[in-house]
Amino acid sequence: MSQAAAEALLARFPSDVTRAPVGPGGDDVVFVKKERIADACRFLKEDPALRFNMAPYVTAVDYLGQEPRFEVVYNLYSSSLNHRLRLRVKVPESDLAVPSVCGVWRGADWFERYCYDMYGITFPGHPDPRRLFMYEEFVGHPLRKDYPLRGRQPLTPEREVADLFRGPGPESRD
Amino acid sequence: MSTHSLGPSESTPPLGQQALDAPIDSQEMVVNLGPSHPATHGTCRLVVNLDGENIRKMKVDIGFLHRGFEKSCESVTWGQVFPYTDRLNYVSSIMNNVGFALAVEKLCALQVPDRAQYLRVVSSEMHRICDHLTMVGAMGLELGAMTAFLYAVEARDLMWDRLTEICGARLTSNYVRVGGVARDLPDGWVEKTLATLDRTAELRDTIDALLTRNRIFMDRTRGVAVVSRADACEWGYTGPCLRASGEPYDVRKAAPYLVYDRLEFDVPVGTRGDNFDRYLMRMEEMKQSDRMVRQCFQRMEPGDIAVRDFRYVLPPKPQVYGTIEGVMAHFKLVMEGIQVPAGEAYGYTEAANGELGFYLVSDGSGRPYKIGLRAPGWPMVASMPVVLKDALLADLVPTFDTFNMIGGEVEQ
Amino acid sequence: MPSEIDRSGISAVPAVATRRDEATGFFQGLVSKGLGWARKNSLWQYPFVTACCGMEYMSVASARYDIARFGAEVPRFSPRQADLLLVVGTVNCKQAPVLKRIYEQMAEPKWVIAFGVCASSGGFYDNYATVQGIDRLVPVDVYIPGCPPRPEQVLDGLILLQKKVQAQQHKLIDRIPAQLAAGK
Repeated sequence: MSQAAAEALLARFPSDVTRAPVGPGGDDVVFVKKERIADACRFLKEDPALRFNMAPYVTAVDYLGQEPRFEVVYNLYSSSLNHRLRLRVKVPESDLAVPSVCGVWRGADWFERYCYDMYGITFPGHPDPRRLFMYEEFVGHPLRKDYPLRGRQPLTPEREVADLFRGPGPESRD
Repeated sequence: MSTHSLGPSESTPPLGQQALDAPIDSQEMVVNLGPSHPATHGTCRLVVNLDGENIRKMKVDIGFLHRGFEKSCESVTWGQVFPYTDRLNYVSSIMNNVGFALAVEKLCALQVPDRAQYLRVVSSEMHRICDHLTMVGAMGLELGAMTAFLYAVEARDLMWDRLTEICGARLTSNYVRVGGVARDLPDGWVEKTLATLDRTAELRDTIDALLTRNRIFMDRTRGVAVVSRADACEWGYTGPCLRASGEPYDVRKAAPYLVYDRLEFDVPVGTRGDNFDRYLMRMEEMKQSDRMVRQCFQRMEPGDIAVRDFRYVLPPKPQVYGTIEGVMAHFKLVMEGIQVPAGEAYGYTEAANGELGFYLVSDGSGRPYKIGLRAPGWPMVASMPVVLKDALLADLVPTFDTFNMIGGEVEQ
Repeated sequence: MPSEIDRSGISAVPAVATRRDEATGFFQGLVSKGLGWARKNSLWQYPFVTACCGMEYMSVASARYDIARFGAEVPRFSPRQADLLLVVGTVNCKQAPVLKRIYEQMAEPKWVIAFGVCASSGGFYDNYATVQGIDRLVPVDVYIPGCPPRPEQVLDGLILLQKKVQAQQHKLIDRIPAQLAAGK
């Protein structure tokens, strides 16, 4: 964990970053405003004192009942300086777009697709925004708290896929 | 007699030769290596756009083994999550158990007794050996060396026999509990395991002799699918694949957990980041794991195998049947689950494929609010289209093998 | 369940009824037994491996728990060349059409073994993503429970299938029943 990284981030983005209470195990956590997450990540990666060079583990949580409802969590770590930091971005249900960090680390690609597939959070700027686990015709986002565990899906007809690369799916994303 | 050849004069180019050498007009062919394929280790769909034998474009589709791990875990108690974690990286299940238990213990601020830590390390490292044996064997199998596969599976079966004796199941072990491990070692197990490790080392050396300096194996894996150090970090590789590319990051050394800070072991680091290096990582790590297990046996002392705290660990049966507190604790733990304090934590360990992370959110009740899994194989599979650009189709299979995508963890 | 059973035709049906196209004579019986013996001892499997049970499949197919001694050594990764569909591991909703298509691509005679509880009944993955047993998609001959089943259990299931194959009726020339041929 890295206090220094949290302090540096707070110093650089004073209005967009707030400190979270120290979590169990001494994890360093900061809250970052949704609009500035890509800039914050770029700073954290490129600053020579911080160098969070590894693609982070990005996941999302659905706090149903709270407002804002969703939260996207970035667990950053640095292999060269051996420190870690967690960024939490609150995402309200009314505005589910979070700037993509794929431009900072290419490895964030599939993690963001997972957040879209499972929670419905979109990442404008993502190079390949489609579902990751579920099939294209799936309705809903399974990991949301209001999706039932044993949810059953409407039957979809078997499809012939003309272009294996594009696959099925809405034309708008092609 | 004229010695001129009967061809065109030197002022015009040799048309016939040029026309013969010009590339034939061809189309790119799209081939679907579908989800049910022997080499796609548990359901990965690869669509490749081929120009002759070269891959020009590739698309990776996963989700054919998505079993709803995270959603299922939200509806069971903390202790009931362990069988689900077993089936993530099913070749080295105990490491998943350990990773999850450590994350929960981080949230609960529990310190596990020494013997339990040693037992966790011993079983984890034995399962790491099994995982690497499976990878090496499968790689041999898919490159045509079935003998290596048979030896690897034999060695793996021997290890599993020992693990069956401690946890009851060969594969999906469910051995670790929050606060310790499930049961202690049977009598004579340590001696049997040392003999098994010796035999496994022999089999491993046989596989080494068959594959490592094998001309065909080297030709097919050296220089193939090279991933540079910067790229590996950019993509988020961890574990043997990252170290093969030259970045010496190992969670066991960087942020030691359990008893890894007391053990002496080396972490192999590669130079080139090709398939051959990744394969060598696994072979070398097997040797190191063997070393670690032997050290643990020397240092282990008799003691508790779980925290003596009824809030987290089931009380021993005499107390369950004999005292009111025991009955109540047992009932609460089974019906409601461990009351983990509210909060969130990210616990990470070095699993066989890389950093296995569990991001837990607890709302204070006995059931998880969210379990986020960082699968070590994910970044590797996500990067395949880029790594294999302009590679031969025949290189796809060994690359897929060395990345060691395990369907259970990548598709949760 | 019907509230009343139509008993009007019962007295017209004799106590023992034989159907002419299923009756076998002595030589046909010999042929059937011979073909049954041949087919049961040379089951070419299509290992539709998805998950953890795949590891036990690897053990079963290897030297120690040799499945080759039962004749089922050869895994054929093309459904056209296989007669035993060994569904190993969990099948989820995305994989289900793939399984169905592979089953349809196999030629008769074909058998299906559901290997493991996930294939038999969905296992403990009772959720939005998993098919609760492959018998919702394809007809299954033998179910092998276990999570994962021990190799000995798998061999037991295979022997059970072999008994079933032996007991089935095999003909030299399999004809499509007249109604089906007319219907299509």
